[in-house]
Amino acid sequence: MSVAIAPEIRSTRLTSWQLLMTNRLAAAGLFVLVAILLLAALAPWLPLPNPNITDQPNRLHPPFSPGHLLGTDHLGRDILSRLLWGTRVSILVGLSATAIAAFFGSLIGLVAGYTGGRVDDVMMRLIDMLMAFPYILLALAIVAVLGPGLLNALYAIALVNIPFFARNIRGVTLSIRHREFVDAARLSGKGHTAVLFTEVLPNVLPVIVITMSTTVGWMILETAGLSFLGLGAQPPQADLGSMLGQGRAQLFTAPHVSMIPGLMIFALVMSINLLGDGVRDVLDPRLRSGALNRPMPVTSIEREREQPAERPGAALLEVDGLETGFRSGRSLTLAVKGVSFRLDRGECLGLIGESGSGKSVTALSLLGLVASPPGVIRNGAVYLGGRDVLAQSEQQIIAQRGARVAYVFQDPLTTLHPLYRVADQIAEAITAHNALGASEAHARAVALMETVGIRNARERASAYPHELSGGQRQRIGIAMALANDPDVIVADEPTTALDVTVQARILDLLRTLRRERGLALLLITHDFGVVAQVCDRVAVMKDGEIVEQGDTRAVLDAPRHDYTRRLIACVPELGQGRRFLDNVRPLFAPQRQETEA
Amino acid sequence: MSGNAIVIDNITKTFGGTRRLFGGRTHAVHAVRGVSIKVAEGETLAVVGESGSGKSTLARMLVGLERPTSGHMAIDGRDAAELAGTGPRAFGRMIQYVFQDPVASLNPRKTVEQILDVPLRLLAGHGGPDRKRRMHQLLDAVQMPKDTLERYPHEFSGGQAQRIAIARALAASARILVLDEPVSALDVSVQAQVLILLEDLKAEFALSYLFISHDLAVVESISDRVAVMYQGQVVETGPSERLFASPQHEYTKTLLMSAPRLDHARAG
Amino acid sequence: MTAYIIKRLLTAIPVIIGLSVIVFLIMAMIPGDPALAILGSYATPENVERINRDLGLDRPLPEQYLIWITNLLQGDFGRSYILNRPVIDEVLERLGATMILAGTALVLCSIFGILAGVVSAVRQFGWTDRVVTFFVLIGISMPAFWLGLIFILLFAVQWRILPASGMYAVYGGGDLSDLIRHLILPAATLAIVATGVVARLTRAAMLEVLRQDFVRTARAKGLDERAVVYRHALRAALVSIIPVIGVQAGFVLGGSVYIETVFQWPGLGAMLVKAVSTRDLLLVQGGVLVAAALYVLVNLAADVAQAMLDPRLKS
Repeated sequence: MSVAIAPEIRSTRLTSWQLLMTNRLAAAGLFVLVAILLLAALAPWLPLPNPNITDQPNRLHPPFSPGHLLGTDHLGRDILSRLLWGTRVSILVGLSATAIAAFFGSLIGLVAGYTGGRVDDVMMRLIDMLMAFPYILLALAIVAVLGPGLLNALYAIALVNIPFFARNIRGVTLSIRHREFVDAARLSGKGHTAVLFTEVLPNVLPVIVITMSTTVGWMILETAGLSFLGLGAQPPQADLGSMLGQGRAQLFTAPHVSMIPGLMIFALVMSINLLGDGVRDVLDPRLRSGALNRPMPVTSIEREREQPAERPGAALLEVDGLETGFRSGRSLTLAVKGVSFRLDRGECLGLIGESGSGKSVTALSLLGLVASPPGVIRNGAVYLGGRDVLAQSEQQIIAQRGARVAYVFQDPLTTLHPLYRVADQIAEAITAHNALGASEAHARAVALMETVGIRNARERASAYPHELSGGQRQRIGIAMALANDPDVIVADEPTTALDVTVQARILDLLRTLRRERGLALLLITHDFGVVAQVCDRVAVMKDGEIVEQGDTRAVLDAPRHDYTRRLIACVPELGQGRRFLDNVRPLFAPQRQETEA
Repeated sequence: MSGNAIVIDNITKTFGGTRRLFGGRTHAVHAVRGVSIKVAEGETLAVVGESGSGKSTLARMLVGLERPTSGHMAIDGRDAAELAGTGPRAFGRMIQYVFQDPVASLNPRKTVEQILDVPLRLLAGHGGPDRKRRMHQLLDAVQMPKDTLERYPHEFSGGQAQRIAIARALAASARILVLDEPVSALDVSVQAQVLILLEDLKAEFALSYLFISHDLAVVESISDRVAVMYQGQVVETGPSERLFASPQHEYTKTLLMSAPRLDHARAG
Repeated sequence: MTAYIIKRLLTAIPVIIGLSVIVFLIMAMIPGDPALAILGSYATPENVERINRDLGLDRPLPEQYLIWITNLLQGDFGRSYILNRPVIDEVLERLGATMILAGTALVLCSIFGILAGVVSAVRQFGWTDRVVTFFVLIGISMPAFWLGLIFILLFAVQWRILPASGMYAVYGGGDLSDLIRHLILPAATLAIVATGVVARLTRAAMLEVLRQDFVRTARAKGLDERAVVYRHALRAALVSIIPVIGVQAGFVLGGSVYIETVFQWPGLGAMLVKAVSTRDLLLVQGGVLVAAALYVLVNLAADVAQAMLDPRLKS
């Protein structure tokens, strides 16, 4: 298992182990599994009767009989002894089948995924063919030809599981193959084989291990199944499945003969699965970081905040002392550290900062849209028309989303629902806040599409997002935001995913809409050029705080804060030419050794 | 010094359009259609274009990651097709590549030492002790501390990772670098520092750059000449000052007009 | 849509041809004289000569395949010497019973699996989630054949409320209610394991989708949580759940091998087990081929359903 542990986990191996142990089910699984493995491993040295010696007079003793703790079977053989020896066989067969399937399946998956093209096509067609058989039936056909027997059953089960590994590993390999470090390794002089096995494989290995740990239980079940049908282990050799199969004849007279091996299979597989799940949870970085947590409807908001619930005479939108952070375990890392700003009717405020400055988290906090867990709003108030949004009930907060404050997000391809027609998505925004008939909502949606400058809106209405260009998609996003005539639009990097020429047109649209509708706009961006074109005022964020705010022109012309000054100086501008680098060079001269830390 | 580092002659690249296993043809995409470009030794040529203009495909063909459908390329006077015939390492010794996303271009499971070791061993042919010395020189050149070697890529910020990626590109002692949007994924202040670094390195190691970007202002600050690409073709080439001052082609004009400017607010 | 269905039907043809080749090749792996292997104890000289002639066993492999597939296309799957009847008759007679059992189990596991998965994802880390997750794990870890025996002991022996075996009562049965009474135990056994798998994948798919940007957009529009979860998240998650159900059809068909044996259900699975142990190779061949073809069709239906849900797949 150590091979699979990623470097970032190696430094925290102790915590990985602790994490696994805090998962009570996984710990229980580990405990049961170790106990079973120990018993099975020690079987030859335990004081047990020979599992294969028959003793007709003492047949079908119930459990707890003297000398036979678990009773005897129909031939008078000791069940406990057979159980432990059978467990050894089942575990060995299951592990071998897993290893064989994992080896060949992964190899096929790696080669197909890495090579791509024709080779991939042919290999995957063959795998598809194998997968087109109902799982066990293919194994049956193989056993039919090779003849019953434990080894043949093992081969059959391994073979039918190869496609499963091949597919999984191919998928992962394919996604890694397109990562840039693979190309980089090629350019560093490595041949294809070396790249595949020294660059790609280390990244695929954890997936192979996880897949193995989740299939080994399944393999044990399936080999036991074939033995149960009489196609696996042949007498006198016994595994758990064949014990169960033979005991079935005495089901009504002596149920323990079949129930005990069944229980053992179940305990074995259950403990493996519990442990496998626990290991997967620990190894999967997304699970660890909480990236797979289900987000709540509204960000969790601390009840005890300092600000009053109402502030009469406040601006249209006023944010006071906002603190938002992300919880991990018991610690809370603040991304927004006491941010305050105001936005008046018809005004445009630019919130600018570099990555990690907390600007997007600020924007999402306004209506509790920060994914939570792990997000928490610890302090502060968001006054919308003088009333604190954060002090209101979940239902009230939801009712204001889209109605009073609407959002436009960065990448319209991922922010629009891929399976609904664009007009329906706009109409849905309308009907969320108005009791309106479907056809009327649709008509309004089309009208909104015209407003945001989509030509042939009537035809485009039935398009799906993937059928539109990036610019058109963002126009849909804007139309959706306009649907309920909100007081404020929060646009979070609305043009970052777009080409410059498209960006220019979208910015034009935003400016026109502001002028015509008197919208207040909160524009989140990293680009001073965008701020300069659209915003009346600008607030500069750094490390979760606003370091400077003021009129756009004043800030751009005469930045007061050092950080702002540096940031503006670092923006290359058309017309500066090579002078730009000469101008910024002195800024970094003294701290060149520290780099940008 | 008057030779050409790169000569690209009427090169095209079409993706797809091949026959599928079971009938039909895949959809053909003409990514690059008949591009001719020269990069003089010691020059920085910038290729500007929007997404889908074919600029990245052009770059990948130059370093041998893609094969052109037709046309000729010569790198440092040697025919690229011939180079490709002599093995995968021939390209790497003459021309290197810096990727847009620095974090993705470093294998998350390798230390920086392991990453830098590969080109030093396979391309530059340095012996063991020599390699360690070269690594320290390279890290010096990109202004990274010595303890960088033992660390893993995820421990670095974007800008630092890009410095490491640049060090790797320099390790092969190639004299030509293809820089594919090397600063687009970086914050502005980091972007400026990497641009300064690139300019310093160019002087220090007598490099030639093919600099690919969508950002006109960045391009203007670093390039000697500019080629504007649009839908797989070069629509305009010229010296930077001339091209930015008086663009000839309609598309270049649109690009220049669309670029956001700080002085918008000042001019009102 | 029709065009898409036709296109998918056409792509199924090479798959079915491939299936037939694989089945054929497996049978060609038989060690020793194939005629003797097929006939077993019925290997009289005239039977050997007849089967060599009918199947072209003395010809090269490709030619054998052509003879075999031509026969197949004419509905001639060969003859079971042990049952002394044409393979196709036996297979078709038993196909219906398997379809009833596997179909019921598939419907049950889809409904309960998706329900359990969604509830579990929506209440992530709540007690409902813990209970569902635990039972799902039990289901996945349970040997179906053992669970079947337990059910028989409990419901048929202990409480005597449901029949232990067969499809109809021997005397006086034969109507629908009789069938349902016989169906409950085997279908439930078969469905329980499959439900676990569907529930797990549904939970994972839902959690994945609930984190997507478009779900945040749905929230930002002011939709209530129910619309967010069911109209936006579940709809998107279904696109990845439906193929899982297609795959489940294969597991259910395969699992019917055990269940039919345990409950003496007169279907293909029980027939195959018997055929394998008596080495009735032509019967195995026919049964596997027909079951596989059925599975291909189910997956085809799943593909079409997926394309109906996801407009991106059609283009």
